[in-house]
Amino acid sequence: MSTIATKIWTTPRLRAWLAALALLIVAYGLVPYFGTTYLLEAILTPFLALSLAAVGLNLLTGYAGQLSLGTAAFMATGAFAAYNFNLRIHGLPLTVSLLLAGACAAAIGILFGLPSLRLRGFYLAVSTLAAQFFVQWVLTKFGWFSNNNPSGVIDAPPLSLFGFSFEGPLGRYLFTLTVVVILTAVAQRIVSTQTGHDFIAIRDNELAARVIGIPVLRTKLLAFGLSSFIVGVAGVLWAFAYLRTVEPAGFNLDRSFQIVFIIIIGGLASIRGAFFGAALIVVFPVILSCLGSWLFGGLFDSGILDMSQRIILGLLIIIFLIVEPNGLVALWDRLSQSLSSITASKRNHP
Amino acid sequence: MYPTPPRPGDIVNPLRSTSIKLTKVSLLAGLTLTVTNFCASLAQADEQNFPLQSYRVGAYAAGGTGFFGGFIDYMNLINIRDGGVNGVKLTWEEGETQYEVERGVEVYERLKTVPGIAAWNPLSVGIAYAMIDRITQDKVPLITVNHGRTDSTDGRVFPYVFPLLLNPYSETSGIIKFIGSKLGGIDNLKGKRIVVLYHGSPYGKETIPIYELLAQKYGFTVQQIEVPHPGNEQQSQWLTIRQAKPDYVVLRGWGVMNPVALKTAQKVGFPSDHIIGNVWSNSEEDVIPAGNAAKGYIAITTQASGSQYPVLQEIIKTVYGAGKGNLQDKSRIGSVYHNLGIVNGILNVEAVRIAQEKFGHRTLTGDEVRWGFEHLRLDPDRVAALGAKDLFHSINVTWDNHEGDGLVTFQQWDGTKWKVVSDWIAPDWALLRPIIEKSSTAYAAEHNIKLRTAAEAEEVTNSVASK
Repeated sequence: MSTIATKIWTTPRLRAWLAALALLIVAYGLVPYFGTTYLLEAILTPFLALSLAAVGLNLLTGYAGQLSLGTAAFMATGAFAAYNFNLRIHGLPLTVSLLLAGACAAAIGILFGLPSLRLRGFYLAVSTLAAQFFVQWVLTKFGWFSNNNPSGVIDAPPLSLFGFSFEGPLGRYLFTLTVVVILTAVAQRIVSTQTGHDFIAIRDNELAARVIGIPVLRTKLLAFGLSSFIVGVAGVLWAFAYLRTVEPAGFNLDRSFQIVFIIIIGGLASIRGAFFGAALIVVFPVILSCLGSWLFGGLFDSGILDMSQRIILGLLIIIFLIVEPNGLVALWDRLSQSLSSITASKRNHP
Repeated sequence: MYPTPPRPGDIVNPLRSTSIKLTKVSLLAGLTLTVTNFCASLAQADEQNFPLQSYRVGAYAAGGTGFFGGFIDYMNLINIRDGGVNGVKLTWEEGETQYEVERGVEVYERLKTVPGIAAWNPLSVGIAYAMIDRITQDKVPLITVNHGRTDSTDGRVFPYVFPLLLNPYSETSGIIKFIGSKLGGIDNLKGKRIVVLYHGSPYGKETIPIYELLAQKYGFTVQQIEVPHPGNEQQSQWLTIRQAKPDYVVLRGWGVMNPVALKTAQKVGFPSDHIIGNVWSNSEEDVIPAGNAAKGYIAITTQASGSQYPVLQEIIKTVYGAGKGNLQDKSRIGSVYHNLGIVNGILNVEAVRIAQEKFGHRTLTGDEVRWGFEHLRLDPDRVAALGAKDLFHSINVTWDNHEGDGLVTFQQWDGTKWKVVSDWIAPDWALLRPIIEKSSTAYAAEHNIKLRTAAEAEEVTNSVASK
């Protein structure tokens, strides 16, 4: 019995499955019961939405090597598309609007990914930057997208699926969690198939990839499409489940950069890296700011506290990148590997 | 440097490492839960709390420090001079938002667990929009003084949102009336040309339909020109203005757009005294960077500036005298944003006071404070009794008019300070109300909100909203 268990435990893939299962149990089972509204609303929901966006970007930039600075534009496309589909087609179920929104974002992503056939690296980044500004401008300029609302700020529709209402912090958290789990599983599956290997081949040496017969044009566009689909759905989650309001200014260049930083810190070319990076960049400042105002609230100006938290976060990012340039995920792997080898050597040398 | 990795054949005890991983994860989870529980603080009995989603750093810090400084100064005055409102001390907590919507939402989530919250005062359109659903569920009022969602003036649809003193439509009407008065009568607007230079954001676009409406009514032509955010570069817009040769330019700006507009106007030769600024282009921080290009520039305001008013003098004596003044730079006392903060403080405190007369001199629930706001009637005599004569005119909030019929005046910059150059002007509320109602009833239909009645507005639920 123990040998079977040990066998299961020894296989890394099964171990990974079990770790994922444990996390799911915590996320679905423990957090809803023990989590405060603040934890659900202000920490976990934005963390999950941005992690999903980072997963999407990682597919494109980490695995396929196409640098994109237009992530927020695709998020905005998803959010506004979902809003418009929901508004103009009555009785459309939320899942269908989500899928259609993702498809719209994928279409825009493929459109702005076309320059990737000729441009590399830095120059491609500039063309995706054009996407960022263009989409933001279109959404502000043409009132049709925000239902000709005079102020251009639109309210997210209530979330309800199969008759269940997902209103309230817990409902929105569970909705976000489910969508993120499904799409992360899909992304994980993609990277372990031939498509994923094609992405990595194109990233590492495009000429060699072309020589061995990988259809580079199609694969690059596929990368843009898949990535933008996931990023578009993340945008819907960000606007509908977290902020409950959509305005083009919220999907600005700062947001694009934030997601790029998330995947760099977390670790390029890894699905887990998106979550680690988002945890550092999204959750950690909030915790710091809470701690800061709790410890020093009366003594210092809230603005000074805020600036000092940015300094601390910046220092931490620098330290992490010096210690492990491959991102947090590589750091985590090193730490757990060294721990497991220490325990192994302890067993072997009692 | 690295420990030797396990060789093939070594028995690695994965249980240990997985359990260590799980322990680490659960420790992290436990730490997060503990910390987030600390993010709610406890209030003593008989305190009324005002959470402040302030912005003291970032691009709009000048406005934020002034406004929140004034608000805090007034609350300090009430605490020190009067011992609170009928013995109930006022408390506040600040969370920095840098004027960003998601940070405003996060600060809201963090601070909403404090007991005894009276009202939210975010001074930001984006944050206010994101909070409307949330505060309606929580049953705590949201005050958006001089700005906000225009249709929230209709208290039948938005019971908890108060765009006090002035909503964007009234502001437009006030500006047109003033221009009419400068031309010798509102009928002299016929045939004139007005250009509106607006900030490229939802706030900037909010009043476009009203200008159209008033242009049709009074027979002037209006042209809307957009300045993309942030508005550092306006050469092309002002060249268009020079070609159009309007009689007046209305500046609907925000932040750095304002001084840049005034300087560029001087460069193209447009006279500064024909530029009328709106409520968010009317402060010292907007004109001082423009230097002498701003001399003669006129702006609308709901509260006069200067520190000669009795309430300002008391704040200087009592609060700054005791070293509890909030503004770092004392020369900003009496500036436009500081006075707006003080007026906002007066409105909030008087609403609490009025509600306390009905419900008792104790910590009030959000719904009780909402009732207080809906009965916030300060006529000019009461305003004078509060030490604010000539600082602002009056307010008359009712259950279905959450704006309160605030009057406006106009001030002109003479190079060193603002001087009031007009009487108190009343916007054309009767003209604007049907448009507001059309928009708010559409919102109610979209969100399945039943229109409130006067009787329902009088009812107050005493239960504090749960976490």
